[in-house]
Amino acid sequence: MRVLMFGWEFPPMSSGGLGTACYGLTKGLSSLGVQVAFVMPHGPEDAYAQYVHLIPASKALRTVRLSSGLRPYLSVSRPFYRTRGQARLAVLYGDDLFHEVQRLAELARGIAQEEQFDVIHCHDWMTFPAGMAAKEASGKPLIVHVHATEFDRTGGNNVNQAVYDIERQGMHAADLVIAVSQFTKDKLVAHYGVSPDKIAVVHNAIDPEFIDYGEKKGKMVLFLGRITLQKGPDYFLEAARRCLEVDPDIRFVIAGSGDMEGRLIERAAALGIGDKVLFPGFVTGPDLDRLYQMADLYVMPSVSEPFGITPLEALKNKTPVIVSRTSGVSEVLRHCLKVDFWDTEKLASKILSVLRYREAHHLLKEHGYQEVQGFSWQNPAKKCVEVYKRACHG
Amino acid sequence: MVKVCFYFQAHQPYRIREYSIFDIGKNSAYFHEQKNREILKKVANKCYLPMNAVLSELLRKHPEFKVSFSFSGVLLEQLEKEAPEALKSFQDLVKTGRVEILGETYYHSLSFLYSKDEFVRQVRLHAEKVKKIFGVNPKVFRNTELIYNNELAKWVEDLGYSAILAEGADHVLQWRSPNFVYKPQGAQKMRLLLKNYKLSDDIAFRFSNRGWEQWPLTAEKFAQWVGAFNGSGEVINLFMDYETFGEHQWPDTGIFDFMRRLPREILKHPDNSFVTPAEAAKLQPVAELDIPYLVSWADIERDVSAWTGNEMQRAALAKIYEIEKAVQESGDAQLLEDWRKLQTSDHFYYMCTKWFADGDVHKYFNPYESPYDGYLAYMNILNDVRLRLEAKHG
Repeated sequence: MRVLMFGWEFPPMSSGGLGTACYGLTKGLSSLGVQVAFVMPHGPEDAYAQYVHLIPASKALRTVRLSSGLRPYLSVSRPFYRTRGQARLAVLYGDDLFHEVQRLAELARGIAQEEQFDVIHCHDWMTFPAGMAAKEASGKPLIVHVHATEFDRTGGNNVNQAVYDIERQGMHAADLVIAVSQFTKDKLVAHYGVSPDKIAVVHNAIDPEFIDYGEKKGKMVLFLGRITLQKGPDYFLEAARRCLEVDPDIRFVIAGSGDMEGRLIERAAALGIGDKVLFPGFVTGPDLDRLYQMADLYVMPSVSEPFGITPLEALKNKTPVIVSRTSGVSEVLRHCLKVDFWDTEKLASKILSVLRYREAHHLLKEHGYQEVQGFSWQNPAKKCVEVYKRACHG
Repeated sequence: MVKVCFYFQAHQPYRIREYSIFDIGKNSAYFHEQKNREILKKVANKCYLPMNAVLSELLRKHPEFKVSFSFSGVLLEQLEKEAPEALKSFQDLVKTGRVEILGETYYHSLSFLYSKDEFVRQVRLHAEKVKKIFGVNPKVFRNTELIYNNELAKWVEDLGYSAILAEGADHVLQWRSPNFVYKPQGAQKMRLLLKNYKLSDDIAFRFSNRGWEQWPLTAEKFAQWVGAFNGSGEVINLFMDYETFGEHQWPDTGIFDFMRRLPREILKHPDNSFVTPAEAAKLQPVAELDIPYLVSWADIERDVSAWTGNEMQRAALAKIYEIEKAVQESGDAQLLEDWRKLQTSDHFYYMCTKWFADGDVHKYFNPYESPYDGYLAYMNILNDVRLRLEAKHG
């Protein structure tokens, strides 16, 4: 089986679930002997040598770099927030963004004519036009993999029509659709009119390898992700405020960057808890695992999380988790606590209770750690191969 | 001569609500009144009323037919309040004189394992309740979830009971048969009746299992299995939850029809008959049985790990019994009652993580999303109980 895949840069070059998922999935597919030609938009900075080392020694995976300003999570409606660690990125939004997406599609047409492959697999809306162009040029089946929809990114408000149209077009042009959760599949059926028979659910995974950095756990509660509406950092802050009324010794860390960062820092200061809610900015590489290991508890309060890899990463680092019910990961993870993201009172109670009753903390940690050992990328890779076979043979 | 001895367990706990850390010191309403009421009414309508009607008809038709029940005190309270018509139908059954009531702990508790004083008090409270509602004195005892050992038999004998029930677990019986009456080691007049778990579970668990090679189970077939023990057994103890009928096994499985036909089929064999546990206890014991460790009817292990297997359960149990003296001395009747309701074994069963990842029987009537949630709410409640105690003792 040969796959032409349009995806995103691998960590640490690309942050967030999308790059991580692309990396894990290609690794899993390679291990199954699937040949992947991986096409990714790539910025001007010359970091190619760095990430090529991350790819397992395998002839099955080749990467094709395309010079482009595209990055996952670019926003149409506002300039990309320049934050620490990402300062070198070009500002790209609005018409420029759509122009760049279209340019990627033109390049894809050429690649599709040169490469040998059986199926086309692309990841999220910015690569959908590329996938469609490749299908047109080659006549090979197209699989679109949905990691997030415009409804997740915007929380359902101010859905960008142009983005929605591209998403919808891609899903309908595709022979088969992969959704990262049942939660996402339901959205595709409800909001995009995709037939449920056409959608396969393939849950994400992690690399369960644990590296002990010897970090000592403090009384610290961690949020980690883009500081955007979708991820619910404001609910986390509200829960923090409530917790601190009861126990002023807890520290809350909001790690990541995003367009809500400034507002949240100000809000924390205004609440008088500026010294107890810390904003370390964008964290990457080994520091990520370090941070997880330092935390006593990880909270993912997402408003709408198609999957949510971070709770699995936290558990891999032996930190228990509380996750939002509106997430894909809550469908598959058992040894965790679940909350409604909007119920900050209940979230605060659970945070305080887990910190206080150590037996529960210990069991959530131990059982959760055991549970995520089963979440390796081999499983989703196997499911993708099934989808490829179905797309090729009907 | 084979005597069939039916014992049905009827119990529903006072489930606790999702008690928040912020409730501590402000709100001492621990129990989920609405949910408890709803579940009780549901069980009354789906099981108690229809199955009592079946039993009433059978008792009328077959003068040889007999059964026995054990009701927890907390169930009887709830029936009085929420389902008086169901309680009345139980009373009518008892009035036939062929329905025996067994003794147990009023609060369906694990008190025997943690406080013998409290155990004795709860057994007495229960006997009083049974006398008041049914006008009879229990003669045979069954401990919560058939938890049993030699020591318990001794205590129960001292309380004046003539026999006690236990699980006929393989590791207890080894080569012996459960189909005889035994004498507990160290007891004088006391008799031990052991559950025939194979035949009992054929009804309670396997009845509707289409994957079972004996499905569908007919009354004829079951009566044949029972009759086959003629010459090699004296009493077949069929012990099961009363909720088996109509609740665990839904009406459309044919469970009611099966029970309607069963006595007639069993009585077709002239050597077969029915007995109550008190009658069975008059049979000559075949041997003394030494069971120094705890056995129960729960899970595959048939031990107490379903309630005490993890550190959350052990911590919760330790904490609830740790305050016994203070509660007794507080002179606060409401506090005493709350404390006792919190001893019901179900609370600890819901905290079990053994089978959580697979999901199973522990989920039945379980009000919590996870064992962890059950534990956190329980511990929050204990904190409030402590505050009430401190207020009393100054």
